[in-house]
Amino acid sequence: MTTQAMTAGRAPMPGMKVYNLKLGMWIFLLSEVMFFTGLIGSYVILRFAHPEQFAEPGVVLNVPLTAFNTFLLICSSVTMVKAYAAIQQGDQQGLKNWLLATIVIGASFVGVQVYEYIALAAEGFVPIAEAYHAVGRHMPHDGPVIGGQLYGSTFYTMTGFHGTHVSIGVLCLCFTYWRAAKGEYSADNLGGVEIMGLYWHFVDLVWIILFTIVYLI
Amino acid sequence: MSTGEAHKPPPYMLVWLGLFLLTMAEVGYAFITAIPKLWLAIGLIVMAFYKAWLVAVYYMHLKWEPKRLWLMVSVPIPLIMILIFVVLNEIF
Repeated sequence: MTTQAMTAGRAPMPGMKVYNLKLGMWIFLLSEVMFFTGLIGSYVILRFAHPEQFAEPGVVLNVPLTAFNTFLLICSSVTMVKAYAAIQQGDQQGLKNWLLATIVIGASFVGVQVYEYIALAAEGFVPIAEAYHAVGRHMPHDGPVIGGQLYGSTFYTMTGFHGTHVSIGVLCLCFTYWRAAKGEYSADNLGGVEIMGLYWHFVDLVWIILFTIVYLI
Repeated sequence: MSTGEAHKPPPYMLVWLGLFLLTMAEVGYAFITAIPKLWLAIGLIVMAFYKAWLVAVYYMHLKWEPKRLWLMVSVPIPLIMILIFVVLNEIF
């Protein structure tokens, strides 16, 4: 740790050996782990308890579209670490370029999710549906009828909370980009970029688990 | 990272390739009808957690963090295990 880094608020805490800002972000992320675990746990128990209300993978939800969206989020994680790597080398322009790429890809993820919601709602798959006629991806208007509100409400709750996290992340990325444009980050003062990266990678990590549990199983 | 120690540049692109290939494998595997549902679910969960581990270790730089942070990060794991156990207990 250099003297400049110490003065830039990145002095490590004696106990944890990481600086306060990063420790605070990790504690926040751990609380988020418990939050999403609660949501996923509720989904699993409801699905096992009422299997008749849930459809098989790919019947209702558009798996290829969401797989593409997952790919987008994975790409945004790469651009985020590239931004961090750039500022580690003192490359201001590289930082701005990679941050901008992360913002664009992150916003695209949210856009695809909104498109997915609109398409599903148009097919009648809404959270409050008493009974939903699963039109099916490969058999339009000929799918099974599934009853109850559990599938829609759990699906929209989990993916909606995650989408909100991504949207907040995009806004925070815009703020980070604005600070980067003002030249506020350097190789010795990159805490803001690292903290932003931790949050962004976390939403990617959560999506990896959600995609598997909600869309594939 | 926080301690400013020098290390080899992380293999960011290699990890990205791994994540991409695992995602493709997951989507393909999910639609194999010949595999029993339980094994399908176990395989998918293993792949998902391996992907999550790659992100945490390489992109969130846990690999280069102090052991004490690892310890702190692992705190929710027993809580998650308790939750899973309670859920399974409720189902079976």
